[in-house]
Amino acid sequence: MLSQFRPAIVLLLAFTLITGLVYPLAVTGIASMIFPQQAGGSLVMKNGAPIGSSLIGQTFTKPEYFHPRPSATTDTDPNDSTKTVPAPYNANNSSGSNLAPTAKALADRVKGDVAALQAENPGVPVPGDLVTTSASGLDPEISPQAARFQVPRVAKARNMSEQAVSALVDAHIDGRLFGLIGEPRVNVLALNMALDAMGK
Amino acid sequence: MTLIGWAQIALFCALVIAVTRPVGGLLASIATGSRNFLTPVLGPVERGLYAAAGVRPEAEQSWRGYAVAMLVFKIACFLAAYGILRLQTVLPFNPAGQGEITPDLAYNTAVSFLTNTNWQSYGGESTMSHGSQMLALTVQNFTSAAAGVAIAMAFVRGFSRRQMKTIGNFWVDLVRVTLYGLLPLCILYALVLVWQGVPQTLSGPIDVTTLEGIKQTIAVGPVATQEAIKMLGTNGGGFFNANSAHPFENPTALTNMLQVLSIFALGAGLTNMFGRMVGNERQGWAVFAAMGLLFLAGVTVLYWSEGHANPVLTALGMDGSMGNMEGKDIRFGIAGSSLFSTVTTDASCGAVNAMIESFLPLGGMIPMINIMLGEIIFGGVGSGLYGFLMFAIVAVFVAGLMVGRTPEYLGKKIEAREVKMTMLAILCLPLVMLGFTAVAVVLDVGTSALSASGPHGFSEALYAYVSAAGNNGSAFAGISSNTPFWNTTLGIGMMIGRFFVIIPALAIAGSVAAKKTVPPSSGTFPTDGAMFVGLAIGVILIVGGLTFFPALALGPIVEHFALAAGTLY
Repeated sequence: MLSQFRPAIVLLLAFTLITGLVYPLAVTGIASMIFPQQAGGSLVMKNGAPIGSSLIGQTFTKPEYFHPRPSATTDTDPNDSTKTVPAPYNANNSSGSNLAPTAKALADRVKGDVAALQAENPGVPVPGDLVTTSASGLDPEISPQAARFQVPRVAKARNMSEQAVSALVDAHIDGRLFGLIGEPRVNVLALNMALDAMGK
Repeated sequence: MTLIGWAQIALFCALVIAVTRPVGGLLASIATGSRNFLTPVLGPVERGLYAAAGVRPEAEQSWRGYAVAMLVFKIACFLAAYGILRLQTVLPFNPAGQGEITPDLAYNTAVSFLTNTNWQSYGGESTMSHGSQMLALTVQNFTSAAAGVAIAMAFVRGFSRRQMKTIGNFWVDLVRVTLYGLLPLCILYALVLVWQGVPQTLSGPIDVTTLEGIKQTIAVGPVATQEAIKMLGTNGGGFFNANSAHPFENPTALTNMLQVLSIFALGAGLTNMFGRMVGNERQGWAVFAAMGLLFLAGVTVLYWSEGHANPVLTALGMDGSMGNMEGKDIRFGIAGSSLFSTVTTDASCGAVNAMIESFLPLGGMIPMINIMLGEIIFGGVGSGLYGFLMFAIVAVFVAGLMVGRTPEYLGKKIEAREVKMTMLAILCLPLVMLGFTAVAVVLDVGTSALSASGPHGFSEALYAYVSAAGNNGSAFAGISSNTPFWNTTLGIGMMIGRFFVIIPALAIAGSVAAKKTVPPSSGTFPTDGAMFVGLAIGVILIVGGLTFFPALALGPIVEHFALAAGTLY
């Protein structure tokens, strides 16, 4: 048994050096040269300052913007560090709701959200993704149905025709890869930036 | 369920079949020590490591020697990982200024990563420094995966050898699997992930002001390099709390397909390595077929379940056509989430791209069953193969009982010692899974960590111990397991689930290696045909079904009927 100590210690040190230091640092170096934008977090710039990441959802509540899905992320309660408070799209603490399908809290939350959306766009079925939280709490995207659902509100708030807003939504639908893999979707930040650009 | 969803699952199956032989060939060359295309570059590194470590590569070990070497290495791994985690506030690469890690969390995390479980009682981006992620967690990801593959290689050598006392050299297997297998694959994989949007930087969190003028702090880090080994080594411990659901770990539909493929790649390749080493690739394909059928059964039920919306929510006016989207991200959809959740629990990966706790009751039951069956459906790297082969031993034993002959597998007579060791390995899992759950659900220190009540609360506790003992690492993640009680008991469960399977497996390898190989006769039960595949599946389902059905009845099955009746908790 004692004879196994030397290989155990030497090889663990060697693996720590090779896989724990050389490997991540070398890939960091290569990545920063060939994919600098992605390696740094796919930041989106506006007037020279980062306004978010194209991969990370962010909160939109104003009526003139398309809204993302509800987010279940939380943050530490500033008044009591042992508790947490809701903090949607907290990209420093990703999390889903982890509510059970039989949780009363889930039904209560969806009930309120459905009622609010129905009041905004009466008579149109409320798309499922607009009232369910994503797994990461940072989903940057919504379904095309969820984007179309919001067109009347956005058009009204911006004094635009629904047709124009709809056309913009259609132009922002990302299809499946090779027409096969993944799901059709709309990046909320990209769509909202395009809306702002149109308004100018 | 949609046609295009099934087409994605079919594409995945085709990709797994396509990589099985190439990966099997690479692994066989690693196991047998023959040259491959990387030898000219890495050969000197390999020899240098043996010289520094005082390892004579040609000196093989008995099964006991192999087991002792593995255990000594694991103790060293524990001490190193525990030490680094405890010292993260003074070690380099901590740009976010992460705080101290408590002793019970450091213990749980060290055990979790060295056993290839990667249960996480912590949230990555809010707890771990970049230094801890690289020097402790990435290193353990590599070594625990390499050790798993090494043990599978030793196990297969037992069957491919005749009247020999040795089953290989642990140190040689460990070094060769890491250098020739995991490391080169991970370098390529990590770069593909960065290309798709996975960050790879040493910078701390980035503060931005959003379009609406809200402050947002975006955690980044050396994610891609950890992500690559996390998937390929079936480790599953996420850089971020949300794991592969986080857009920085799994940004696109393409990365999602690559991630599920990389979970199965080595496990599928190992079935082919096994076939090559025992001199008949059909033996490997028979194992592959049994695993593949069990995978298809799981993904079908899970996809069917999640394709339906929660009836309670549709009754409130939500459109149900998208299926159950609570806890799922748009870019993966129901098909991509169902596929990932099945694959990650068939294997002992435990990475998640959707929150299993929010699945409908029967959908959430499938991952649990996959782990309960022993994660032998391609399985963890290495552990899946030796786990399955132990069920194969039970299968030929049962067949032998039926016809009244001494059972044989691959020309080796299966006798009392092999069957006893197999049963020890198979039975320790339910003991841990069910025993600890029974204790936790009657103690306040146990139930206080649960987020759900009613049958789902029971499922949450059961899933935790099933995941720990199965070395999976996925969770009904509402549980707040970062408490001394849960950290400690889960840590014990992980160790029993790892080492009480590995040591019997090595004992079997040593025992069969010493036996003569009997040539097949007219009375030999062929183990490369459909009959064997069916028998193996039957044994796996009966052992799993009889052991766990009562517990499942108390959790997901009761909850399924409660949901149908509209009962909420």
